[in-house]
Amino acid sequence: MSLREKGAITGVGETAYSRESGRSVLSLQLEASLKAIEDAGLKPSDIDGVIPYSGVVAEDFITNLGLPDLRFSAVTPLGGASCVAAVQCAVAAIAAGICNHVLIPVGRNGASGGRIGMRVQQMPQFRLVGEFEMPLGAIAPAQLYAPMARRHMELYGTTSRQLGEIAVSTRANAMLNGNAVMTKPMTIEDHQASRMISDPFRLFDCSLESDGSCAIVVSAAERARDLRKPPVVVMGVAEGHPDSPSVITQRPDMTRLGIAKAAPRAFEMAGVKHDDIDVAEIYDCFTYIVMCQLEDLGFCKKGEGGPFVESGAIRLGGKLPVNTHGGLLSQAHMVGMNHIAELVRQLRGEAGKAQVRDAEIGLVTGYGDMGDGSVAIMRRG
Amino acid sequence: MSATGTYNKLVPEPTPHSAPYWEGLNRRKLLLQKCRGCGEIRHYPRPMCPSCHSMEVEWVEASGRGVIHSWTITHHAFHPGVREDLPYTLATVDLEEGVRMLAQLRGVPDDKLRIGLPVRVEFETVKDGLTLPYLVPGEPA
Repeated sequence: MSLREKGAITGVGETAYSRESGRSVLSLQLEASLKAIEDAGLKPSDIDGVIPYSGVVAEDFITNLGLPDLRFSAVTPLGGASCVAAVQCAVAAIAAGICNHVLIPVGRNGASGGRIGMRVQQMPQFRLVGEFEMPLGAIAPAQLYAPMARRHMELYGTTSRQLGEIAVSTRANAMLNGNAVMTKPMTIEDHQASRMISDPFRLFDCSLESDGSCAIVVSAAERARDLRKPPVVVMGVAEGHPDSPSVITQRPDMTRLGIAKAAPRAFEMAGVKHDDIDVAEIYDCFTYIVMCQLEDLGFCKKGEGGPFVESGAIRLGGKLPVNTHGGLLSQAHMVGMNHIAELVRQLRGEAGKAQVRDAEIGLVTGYGDMGDGSVAIMRRG
Repeated sequence: MSATGTYNKLVPEPTPHSAPYWEGLNRRKLLLQKCRGCGEIRHYPRPMCPSCHSMEVEWVEASGRGVIHSWTITHHAFHPGVREDLPYTLATVDLEEGVRMLAQLRGVPDDKLRIGLPVRVEFETVKDGLTLPYLVPGEPA
């Protein structure tokens, strides 16, 4: 059994994104969840599956939304790859006949609460890094990921300015979005002048830490057709884990991420080619991670990500518009759920000033936990 | 160690699988796990050989020689304990034994860093019962 076209995104909901919500993570998630359920034209009581993200549990949604008969709950602990992996999990549960409408909420007080950059040492999947690298001063994701980018630069001649093009393009898109934390224009010179965090990553190569919540509803494809909005059908979806999944230091090829394994599966399931993709929302915790995924997905060859982005390909109006909402770099860090929400808007034709004309098929990725990857290909239903 | 004598950096929490590694560092030896089933050397220490699934290991001493695989130069203090060290270079190194390690690299100017640069491991006792490895320029193989 294939998961092809078994599920569809039927609702999306977002809170305001900020640096200080002044509210609990659960209340943020409940607000976004209600919005997503309403967007789908459903009632909370229709929700029969929940895939929560860290900090809250399925029971919180039963209790607060008054869910009468939750039939499915699971977690997909892949860090930033969790949201798209949760779509795969939801579609699998739907295809198996367990449930019909799965709520997937994400929310955090990433700016006003505990600093995300310092969270890693408390996460069990990073036990090896915590024992063997953090005591040596390699503490935060910026430091743990930077050697991947440095090696790419040394092997392929990739430049900081090419990484900067990703930051600049993403900022330009954020300025078209009414719900972005960063609203000032950015130039390549601004990027080059931003302070060095962990070479080659400058401040503007790093994503935001944000407060807010984003939620989606994944529904059985045959039920999605009768709901309020045109469904966004999941054509193909996959997750992939890199070799040496939790320790980049020991990875045979540190320029290759888990998504390199997932991408061929997702494209085959979807039955589409790269040229069919009209818009792509690519997980962007760091600029380099976007470039590396574009290569691992097959939009350009390994090592050619720098010239690819420098050509303007990822700009609105380019060959492959990327992160049309402003991404984690400039809209808000919502673990990539905001990437799924934006792809849904694009494929519904609801993306406003950032709308890619005639967008019919799009792609969204997740990346997290030192290299796990996930990818979904969706179409306008 | 800081001027007050209080070590305020992150410290490892050895496990039964890794205790010999940390004890080795205290004796200024870099020890690696070698599978008794198939002979494969692995790092970081963990319970099972991914090739033959044996859980029997012996510990072998590494030469301490290797070459740079990649690096980052950190300018931001992600923990209060590293503020005085900024900026510092973290190097990922291909050891002669075929595994990699990560440690701070000292004595190499930023513009001399390159893939393949020979380095060797030194040891520094940072607090009672804790010795950490660091890297210095090494001789070409």
